[in-house]
Amino acid sequence: MVELGKYAGTVLAAYGVTVLLVLGLVALTLTKGARVKRALEAQEKRMSKNG
Amino acid sequence: MSIWEYANPKKFMQTSAWALPWVTGLAVVTLVAGLIWGFFFTPDDFRMGSTVKIIYIHVPAAIMATGTWFMMLAASLVWLIRRHHVSVLAAKAAAPIGTTMTLIGLFTGAIWGQPMWGTWWAWDPRLTAFLILFLFYLGYIALWEAIEDPDTAADLTSVLCLVGSVFAVISRYAVLFWNQGLHQGSSLSLDQEEHVADVYAWPLWVSIIGFGLLFVSLVLIRTRTEIRKRRLRALEARERMA
Repeated sequence: MVELGKYAGTVLAAYGVTVLLVLGLVALTLTKGARVKRALEAQEKRMSKNG
Repeated sequence: MSIWEYANPKKFMQTSAWALPWVTGLAVVTLVAGLIWGFFFTPDDFRMGSTVKIIYIHVPAAIMATGTWFMMLAASLVWLIRRHHVSVLAAKAAAPIGTTMTLIGLFTGAIWGQPMWGTWWAWDPRLTAFLILFLFYLGYIALWEAIEDPDTAADLTSVLCLVGSVFAVISRYAVLFWNQGLHQGSSLSLDQEEHVADVYAWPLWVSIIGFGLLFVSLVLIRTRTEIRKRRLRALEARERMA
C-alpha cells in the first residue's frame, strides 16, 4: 500500500470527491440515456400501430 | 467526404454507435492506467509531500473545464453560422460535463490549497475566473431549461457561450495576464523552470488523455440522448396534430 504520510486525509479526500462526482455524472448520463431511448421506442411502436 | 455530413442526425447516430465502444474502452484503460501510475508509482515531492498526487486529477479536470467551454463555443458558432442542430445539441450535451469538471477543479484545488497555502480559498485571478466559469456553466444549463422553443434556446445559449468564453480564456491564462496570486503557472509549460519533473509529467499526460477520452465518450452518449429527445418531441407533436 502506498504511504501517504501526514497528508493521507487530504489526498484521499481529493480522490474521493473526484470519484463521486465522475461516477455521479456517468450514472446520470446512462440512466437519462436509457430512459429517453425507451420512451422513443415506445412512441415509435405506438405510432406504427396506429398507422 | 465532408465533416458537415455528421451534422445529419442519422449519420451522427450511425458513426457514434460504431465509435462509442472504442472511445469508452480507451477512456477507461488510459484513465485507470494514468491514475494508478500517478497514485502508486510516483515519489512524494520534496516540498508538497504526497499531496503532489492530487495533480493527476486536479490538472486534467481543470484542462477539461476550460476545454469543454471552448468545444461548446465552436459548436455554438457552427449553430449560429450554419444552423446545424447536431452541433448545438452537442454543446448542450457537453455543459454538464464541463460543470462537473469545473467543480472537481474547484474542490480538489481547495483541498490541495489548504495544507499548501494555509487557506481553502483566495480571491486569486485564476481561482476567481474559475468560479465565474462555473457560474456561467450553471447559467447556460438554466437558460436551456428556461426556454421552451428549442431554436430560441439554442440561439440564446450560443450567445451566452460567446460571452462566457472570455472567462474560459481568463481561467486558463490568468496567471500569465496578471502574474500575481497564489496559483502557480502551468504544470506542463515548455519553460523548464515551471515544468513539473518528468517522473510526474508522464503519468499526468496519461491522465489528461484519459480525462479527454472520457469527455468524448460522455459527449457522444449525451448528444445521442439529445437527438433522441428531439425526435421524441417531434413525434409527440405529430401525434397531437393527427
